Amino acid sequence: MVPGFTLVLWEVLARTGVLPANWLPAPTVIAATIGDLAATGELWGHLGATLARVTAGFLLGAAVATVLGILTGASPGLRALLDPLLQALRNIPSMAWIPLFLLWLGIQEASKVTLIAVGAFFPVYLNLLQGILHINPRLVEVGRVYGYRRLGLVRHVLLPATLPAYLVGLRSGLGLAWMFVVAAEIMGASRGLGYVMVDGQTSSRADLILASLILFAVLGKVTESLLVLSGRPFQHGSST
Amino acid sequence: MTTQAEVGSVSAIRLRQLSKTYEGHGRTEDLVALRDVNLDVAPGEVLAVVGASGCGKSTLLRIIAGLERGHIGTAEVGGTPVTGPSPDRGVVFQEHRLLPWLTVEQNVAFAVPHLAPRERRETVAEHVSLVGLRGFERCYPAQLSGGMAQRVAIARALAPRPGVLLLDEPFGALDAFTRMQMQEEVLRIWEAERTTLVLVTHDIDEALFLGDRVVVMTSRPGTVRRIFPVELRRPRDRTSWEFAALRKAIHQEFFQSRAREPEFQI
Ligand SMILES: Nc1ncnc2c1ncn2[C@@H]1O[C@H](COP(=O)(O)OP(=O)(O)OP(=O)(O)O)[C@@H](O)[C@H]1O
Ligand SMILES: [Mg+2]
Repeated sequence: MVPGFTLVLWEVLARTGVLPANWLPAPTVIAATIGDLAATGELWGHLGATLARVTAGFLLGAAVATVLGILTGASPGLRALLDPLLQALRNIPSMAWIPLFLLWLGIQEASKVTLIAVGAFFPVYLNLLQGILHINPRLVEVGRVYGYRRLGLVRHVLLPATLPAYLVGLRSGLGLAWMFVVAAEIMGASRGLGYVMVDGQTSSRADLILASLILFAVLGKVTESLLVLSGRPFQHGSST
Repeated sequence: MTTQAEVGSVSAIRLRQLSKTYEGHGRTEDLVALRDVNLDVAPGEVLAVVGASGCGKSTLLRIIAGLERGHIGTAEVGGTPVTGPSPDRGVVFQEHRLLPWLTVEQNVAFAVPHLAPRERRETVAEHVSLVGLRGFERCYPAQLSGGMAQRVAIARALAPRPGVLLLDEPFGALDAFTRMQMQEEVLRIWEAERTTLVLVTHDIDEALFLGDRVVVMTSRPGTVRRIFPVELRRPRDRTSWEFAALRKAIHQEFFQSRAREPEFQI
């Protein structure tokens, strides 16, 4: 109701010229811009490029985080070795990696995907490690009483006990992947929603910038919902 | 009714010179949780263990369950030494310890992973109804009351048909009314299954209501102070004169032991 009202108000203010059209174009104008992009087919190329980067970066970051999280969670020795290093790396603001990645990996896809992977890595790693460390030893004891050992214990107790924290990590990792794709595409790209934004800025077209903003929001929401949905079968009852 | 481990009969549980010390690792002093505990529990007997907090009741139960290591002396169940946990020794802990991601029936099925699917389903259904929870099979632990969750824990412990059921203050967290209901329930199950029961409690009435014998323990170090046979016919009347007399005797045992332990005086 309220958002609807805001939209109508915005439309009216923009149409009557109260809001300068080159600063804040009317919602219908932005919708038309998206429509035009779709009609020329340009839109799908940009969407595809951005989605591909987010997917690749997120999967890479989450995969490495999962492996390292399991290793440091399962072995106190590896934890003492690796965790302080990873915690120290976490203190580096992730955008500060950009020059280094550009130098190492060039301006093409590799540096972008790596940056996104770094963004997705930390929440997944931290949540997974915490999840493993906070497994209730009393539930593990229950598993042992009923004859579960090694793999059986992992599969039926340790894994499900860790899953909620892991899913939280994946979710915020995905959120960060979206944040970082914007940065990666703004720093230099010839395709993608971030490129459309830069294009809008250089050509002074606020409608283009706003259109990509909205598309970012929609895509972020859709992928998050997909992730939550795919995690749903594993999450039950309470959070305890 | 069995009231004593008869001479010559095989004990379900046999403890000899059982001692357990928790090492302080320099930070605190070593703590002798149990010293020289000797106990025999006859097959099908209900043994109640009472004692003040910290006297080693849980430690005793955990040793029988195979969850504790590093003790001295012998603990045998069914004639074989305990080396680790086994589904033949069901445990019900003070907290229900249900797996929160499993439903009621999945939690019970968790205890019998090796049964064939059909047999497994039947066992689960049988034990869910044994504890009166038909209709709640698909509920998650978070959706159950404390008493219901504890009943699921009992069903889970009984599902592998253990020879011995170890109960560690299973109703401690429940209100007096629910607790009495649960005691009746345990008695009903025991009459149906004739499992050997060891019940740790700090409720003397509970011990007297359920136990064939009541073991009174004292603390620091945890030792068996005295064993009271309870030769009252079941179902027992908590308001009867004999019940009251036994309760009084056990109370006195506690007060005497306190008077002799200066560290407890104010
Ligand atoms: N893992 C442990 N490490 C060190 N000390 C322990 C450990 N577990 C128990 N203790 C100590 O051993 C003693 C006996 O503990 P135990 O849990 O067996 O007592 P309890 O009789 O079950 O008490 P309560 O009625 O409060 O449950 C206590 O003094 C306790 O502090
Ligand atoms: Mg205890």
